[in-house]
Amino acid sequence: MLRRAMGLLARPVAAARARSFSTDLPAAQTADSTFVEAWNKVMPNMDPPKTPLSFMQPRPATPSSIPSKLTVNFVLPYASELTTKEVDMVIVPATTGQMGVLPGHVATITELKPGVLSVHKGNETTKYFISSGFVFIHANSFADIIAVEAVPLDQIDANLVQKGLAEFTQKLSSATTDLEKAEAQIGIDVHSALNSALTG
Amino acid sequence: MASNAAVPFWRAAGMTYITYSNICANLVRNCLKEPDKTEALTREKVHFSISKWTDGKPEKPTLRSDSPDE
Repeated sequence: MLRRAMGLLARPVAAARARSFSTDLPAAQTADSTFVEAWNKVMPNMDPPKTPLSFMQPRPATPSSIPSKLTVNFVLPYASELTTKEVDMVIVPATTGQMGVLPGHVATITELKPGVLSVHKGNETTKYFISSGFVFIHANSFADIIAVEAVPLDQIDANLVQKGLAEFTQKLSSATTDLEKAEAQIGIDVHSALNSALTG
Repeated sequence: MASNAAVPFWRAAGMTYITYSNICANLVRNCLKEPDKTEALTREKVHFSISKWTDGKPEKPTLRSDSPDE
């Protein structure tokens, strides 16, 4: 009896999800109406069990006009730096260069290179140095920034940066295998990014 | 779309993205000022417990603590 309701659940959901771009989806549902109807036909006296859909927060819909604020989620593996914070603009260090994200930005997924992330809200700007990560910008002006390591600029020690840069430049010239060269190159990239973050 | 588009230098050298990302994170942590640095180095440690299975039963797990692979 219960298994028939489960069978009905699988098929309509699969058909409904056909062929729409993930950027154009409407606000997500919080309850599966087809399942609830099928359940009530079969067991009218019991409340239908909750499906995972009802535990999830619905995705905010893509508004028809560009919203005035960008909502940012900035997370690290060990902490959530910003959670649904409304800001005016963020500038992220994408591999293709510094990228400014305003509300209404086209949906994008970008890889980040070591660099400075700046969050602009009103007149204040908060800057973080990010080691690497990704940015997911959604059509509804939500931006998810994920990074492995992010530090405020004042926690960076300039002397250590200079020493590191010199050390890796030297390692690059003495590197033999491809892997060693790649590691030395990464070291140079990270330290020069740190350097320009401190001086820029 | 070009399937063999220009790969990043680290992937051409045989490194995966996770290795690259962890190396970047470690380098950044090593350039921090003092109290933040010691705190950050604790984050660098990766602990995992491995238990081998034989005949459908787990053996005693070993706790390993490695810094992320270079």
